[in-house]
Amino acid sequence: MMGSLILRTAARFLLPLLLLFSLFMLLRGHDEPGGGFIAGLIAAVAFALYLFAFDAARTRQLLGVDPRLLLGLGLLAATVSGLPSILLGEAFFTAIWWPIDVPGFGEVKLSTPLLFDIGVYLLVLGAIMTIVLALDEAEEE
Amino acid sequence: MNPDVALPVLIPFIAGALSLVFYRSLSVQRWIGILGTGALLVASIYLLYMTYTQGIRVMAMGEWAAPFGIVLVADLLGAIMTVLAAILGFAVAVYSLATISRDNIAYGHFPLIHLLLAGVCGAFLTGDIFNLYVWVEVLLVSSFALLILGGERAQMEGAIKYVTLNLLSSILLLVAVGLTYGMTGTLNMADLVGKLAAVENQGLVTVIAMLFLVSFGIKSAAFPLFFWLPASYHTPPVAVSALFAGLLTKVGVYALFRFFTLLFDHDVGYTHEILLWMAGFTMITGVLGAAAQYEIRRILSFHIVSQIGYMIMGLALFTPLALIGGVFYIMHHIIVKANLFLVGGVVYFLRGSYDLKQIGGLWREKPWLGLLFLVPALSLAGVPPLSGFFGKFIIIRAGIEQQSWGIVAVALVVGLLTLYSMIKIWAEAFWKAQPEAHAERAAQFTAALPTRSLVLMLMPISALALLTLFIGIGAQPVYELASAAAEQMQNPQIYVQAVLGDSQ
Repeated sequence: MMGSLILRTAARFLLPLLLLFSLFMLLRGHDEPGGGFIAGLIAAVAFALYLFAFDAARTRQLLGVDPRLLLGLGLLAATVSGLPSILLGEAFFTAIWWPIDVPGFGEVKLSTPLLFDIGVYLLVLGAIMTIVLALDEAEEE
Repeated sequence: MNPDVALPVLIPFIAGALSLVFYRSLSVQRWIGILGTGALLVASIYLLYMTYTQGIRVMAMGEWAAPFGIVLVADLLGAIMTVLAAILGFAVAVYSLATISRDNIAYGHFPLIHLLLAGVCGAFLTGDIFNLYVWVEVLLVSSFALLILGGERAQMEGAIKYVTLNLLSSILLLVAVGLTYGMTGTLNMADLVGKLAAVENQGLVTVIAMLFLVSFGIKSAAFPLFFWLPASYHTPPVAVSALFAGLLTKVGVYALFRFFTLLFDHDVGYTHEILLWMAGFTMITGVLGAAAQYEIRRILSFHIVSQIGYMIMGLALFTPLALIGGVFYIMHHIIVKANLFLVGGVVYFLRGSYDLKQIGGLWREKPWLGLLFLVPALSLAGVPPLSGFFGKFIIIRAGIEQQSWGIVAVALVVGLLTLYSMIKIWAEAFWKAQPEAHAERAAQFTAALPTRSLVLMLMPISALALLTLFIGIGAQPVYELASAAAEQMQNPQIYVQAVLGDSQ
């Protein structure tokens, strides 16, 4: 599949922006619209756009890891985020917060829901990229 | 709080995620397969022990209290089903070591098995009807993928029927869940007990009950919507077939037991009468379908259908004894049926075919395999002192006490015809001589099977056969367990009390 020059140029610029936006959506998600799922979709769109402009091999190179690994790590992170509550003797998936003061930045709230969202983010990104790349490579064959 | 309720869901998820992370290394995936399902087995037995000694175990996910949050609830029925799922998961994981091709493992056999088990255990342990739908989807999606792994033509053909009907069933389930919520404003099963009884128009409740009945009827392969099962179960690798045969339809049966003892017992004369007719026709069509087949796994698939009839019969009669019989029968059936598929797999690996007309001579060559076949086969047919005899005995006794002579006659005749099918497999595959036309292929397959693989296959088969013997000979403790479970089903108040506390 050959992309046009305009698409390639646009993809190069849009990719970092979209990834940044996906991170923003991920971190914004707990109390406001956003969250791991939608952020994962946005990140997947970023890479899919790159795939349309270039090809599967270069997209894999850009991703750096096999999307299946992202899928596994995401599922693992999401599941493991339920564990700390059990270790503390509370119900499974009870939210646990660790507020940390970062000098010069303010309070950062680390929490198990954040870990869960990151897991969902990776899971969605991994799943979509596995599907899209497989479809593209099947077409090239 | 009781982490024991969450563990049977958590462990397969973690095992599945880990085997995805190690997608490169097939041997690590195999190890995680054994360790993960082994840990699941331990956790589920612990859960059953805790449920048996301390009553119903409840955990509100994320500390969101019932009826607003999602609760995991383990009553005895749920805990027993979880143990059975874990036993089967472990057996199939061991069996997979020897029988699943490298390609299939590379494409995700083990992660899918783990996720399937997570879905099954979640469905058994959830106390929320929408959550039940979600778990059913988790297990269905895993099963779709497992069914087509390998990508052979027959698999695709079977999968189309399987997927279509199961999606239809899921839609009906979702609609029924939605209507229930619209009518009562709650999804929590314990909360629904009181809310459904308070609904003014009980006719509407019956309509919803029928929607659930059709949906779970499809999932449990009951008459008249069973045909997806014999069309698909013989197509995937045999380890997967065994897991499906033992577990998937039983999720539907479990849901029927749960819904039609806990939620929909307002009009037993109507709903359970329909269940009784369903049970009778399911038994007959299944067993007659099997009589016409000459492929081992197809025969066994049709027998799943007919056996489902016995379980539903236990539910439909709705007496304490009948419910005990139903639970006993489920325990017996899951072990025996999966084992028969596993034995069928060994036959395939020794002979290169499932077609009874092309194989034979196994008794002369491998007499112990014959014995290992006879234990589950005769148990399925209900020959004493094996487990199936007691299952059938309790259910039929309950039928006689209710003076439901029609269904009793059907159950007895179907038992006889089951024996006919099992004898057919025995006579063709084991007793008669190997047909000359296919002797060469048979010899090739036998020679190509490494001893190590054979031992790996026989280990779970022997263990499950021993369990069958135990359920038969030691029927008393199993009966007591089943009767304790049935007592909880008979008294929904115990369940409601455990989940909602004294506030209700």
